[in-house]
Amino acid sequence: MVAHLLNLKWRLLLNGFKRSPWQLVGMVLGLLYALGLLVLLVGGLIALRWADPEIAHTVVVLGGAAAVLGWAIIPLVASAADMTLDPARFTTFAIPPRQLLTGLAIAGFIGIPGLATLLAALGTVGTWWRSFPAVAGALLGAVMGAVTCVILSKVVTTATAGLAASRRFKDVSSIIVFIPLVLLGPIMLGIIDGVRGSADYLPVLARAVSWTPLGAAWSLGGDLESGNVAAAGLKFLISAATIAGLLLCWHVLLQRALVTPPYSGGSAKKGGKLGLFGLLPGTPAGAVAARALIYWMKDPRYAASLVIVPLFPVLFFFSGSQSGSYGLLMILGPLTAFVMAWSICADVSYDNTAFALHLSAGVRGLDDRLGRALACLAISLPVVLLFTIGPLFVTGEWQWLPNLLGLSLGTLFTGLGLSSVISARYNIAVPLPGDSPFKKPPGNVAQTLAVQAIGMGVLALLLIPELALVAVQAFSGGPEAGWINLAVGPVLGVILFVVGIRLGGKWLDARGPEMFAQLSVNR
Amino acid sequence: MTEPRHEPTSTPEPPQASAPPQAAPPQAAPPQDSAPPQEAALPTPPEASAGVAPLAALSIRGLAKRFGEKIAVDGVSLEVPAGSFYGMVGPNGAGKTTTLSMATGLLRPDFGTALVHGVDVWAQPLEAKKLMGVLPDGVRLFDRLTGEQLVTYSGLLRGMDRDVVGARVPEVLAALDLQADAGTLVVDYSAGMTKKIALASALIHAPRLLVLDEPFESVDPVSAANIRGILEGYVASGGTVIVSSHVMDLVQRMCSHVAVVAGGRVLAAGSVDEVRDGSTLEERFVQLVGGGHRTEGLEWLRTF
Repeated sequence: MVAHLLNLKWRLLLNGFKRSPWQLVGMVLGLLYALGLLVLLVGGLIALRWADPEIAHTVVVLGGAAAVLGWAIIPLVASAADMTLDPARFTTFAIPPRQLLTGLAIAGFIGIPGLATLLAALGTVGTWWRSFPAVAGALLGAVMGAVTCVILSKVVTTATAGLAASRRFKDVSSIIVFIPLVLLGPIMLGIIDGVRGSADYLPVLARAVSWTPLGAAWSLGGDLESGNVAAAGLKFLISAATIAGLLLCWHVLLQRALVTPPYSGGSAKKGGKLGLFGLLPGTPAGAVAARALIYWMKDPRYAASLVIVPLFPVLFFFSGSQSGSYGLLMILGPLTAFVMAWSICADVSYDNTAFALHLSAGVRGLDDRLGRALACLAISLPVVLLFTIGPLFVTGEWQWLPNLLGLSLGTLFTGLGLSSVISARYNIAVPLPGDSPFKKPPGNVAQTLAVQAIGMGVLALLLIPELALVAVQAFSGGPEAGWINLAVGPVLGVILFVVGIRLGGKWLDARGPEMFAQLSVNR
Repeated sequence: MTEPRHEPTSTPEPPQASAPPQAAPPQAAPPQDSAPPQEAALPTPPEASAGVAPLAALSIRGLAKRFGEKIAVDGVSLEVPAGSFYGMVGPNGAGKTTTLSMATGLLRPDFGTALVHGVDVWAQPLEAKKLMGVLPDGVRLFDRLTGEQLVTYSGLLRGMDRDVVGARVPEVLAALDLQADAGTLVVDYSAGMTKKIALASALIHAPRLLVLDEPFESVDPVSAANIRGILEGYVASGGTVIVSSHVMDLVQRMCSHVAVVAGGRVLAAGSVDEVRDGSTLEERFVQLVGGGHRTEGLEWLRTF
């Protein structure tokens, strides 16, 4: 059975490549990237062989603990949760839980992250290539540490999958997860600050962490090298108990997940509330805008695409408070304008095959584009204005106001126009409707990245006038360029917005069925 | 919720020595005897016999589509007379969904075209789509809208006046037994309710032609009877319906015309009586499509 599960995982991985050559390209790029990192990491770990044991111990323990934490958190916050072997899919097969557990755990190592972690962990054996007990301890610790990583991530993903009993809970929880993410910036800065302030604090921290489930396994090699056999023994017990505890948790969670498949209930509600459909103009474009706005509010995938926006001010403010200069806060407005305008690149991809309604209703491409862009504008314009003007209260450099407003508005309108063109033509790999925003999207990520990169290049070209006027003020110091930009930005932006909507609409009219065919591939 | 795969991917065995699809007149219905008088117009192009023959509501001309190596639809031609209740039957992977997708402007054909009341779907898509109400199979809906919002959206997208939409929505929801769930998000609907709300979205603009792909799938019998009633009334008042289905019995009772499709080709087409030729539609279907390898094999299934 374990072999069957491993075979299945391997088959799924291989068949994933068969769908499109682009997927293979993406995989190869990812592989090269991971390989480069891995070579650096293992090289570094082997180089530590000649370092002071205290330093080596600190690095290995803290690095290992970070890896364990990463395995717990990244599947939640990044779109990296690997759900190819989602336990819910095995519900109808009567697989003994113990075998399912073993199979899924080992299958967790098939794939780039799992293999890379295992190999990097084995790199610590190189670090402790100093004496036989140290090597043995490091080897044992590496295996236990890597196993802890994989099982912890399984526990976390199974727990959250099980918690997501209702769609509503799923929606809410996926947004709540953003909150610690938003606070991540200050937390990281605090840690970095602490590290910078007291480098000698690190070994103390490492020693403390090595007694926790996070670091116990990674400490075995170092303790045995320094002859601390009793400590090593205890830490072995700690990490063994950790693995056992996690396995037990996973076992319980898995059994619950297997017998209670996600229930998506809801009580019947009488109608009578048209919401935004009653407020916005009753035209096709107005209806598209109303629908898009409802989705901005109700579909967690839209919220997820904007998670970075509230992160910016927090991050910039804290980095400003560290360095004493709030210069970075000045780009907050334009940056937000860019991110928000760019987000509708994925609009049609988010629709997935629901786009069939637009196609079969004979919606003109122009109305489709205009509705989506106006919905995004309605949300982003207030935020962009707030983020452009707000920072000036902190910095006090009010002479930049007209220039920044021009740049922000120019970026927003130009970006919306360009996104309208791009999303009329190219499908972007996004999570499917109803899936977690963090689920790894199907489809060719490589093409998505290429389209995004080229699109951003084009946007930079289109924004040359606004950017040049900002540069003029930066060099001359006079406010005249700013006032010119306040006119140039919105005017040029709106012109490009209209051009983008028209061109995008024309493309969509011409290639609607092809777009739909592309969307039908990923569902 | 995982939806069934789109039909084209599970296509039939490669059709042997497929002749290039031609826009030639459609295959005349195989049964040579007893052609009812109204069927005279069937194989003739609509322009040819002006006056007597009404313009076909949907005229499919030599549609063909290839997906990679597989030929999903291999030159399908059909005339759906105005005012008919037309059934399209065929085994899984026969190319029904692909044909209907091409006829409704959702999938660009490799060859051929389709005319809706004389308007070319691929030359004047926006005009043709105004005449059609389409229920595609296996596509998602905008399911974060409530049922009533979705139907309203569908009406507004077609440029209808909001007051007209507002008056029609409660009626159509009531007719489909959905009024109790009008304010529920479509994502929380059951499969049958989802089918019904999609049907409501296809009806809202009172199209002249309804193209319904598997409209009765996962719909409960009471709702199915309601839907049948709605469709029969619609046909009686001059509308045209084309449905695809696996359920022969239903098609035989409900439809005036039927086309049997297999392997991407039309095997027989015409009025139901003409096609079934004395036997039941199901028997005739199995006879036409072949491959009824009875009940041999699977002996182990009886060894529990």
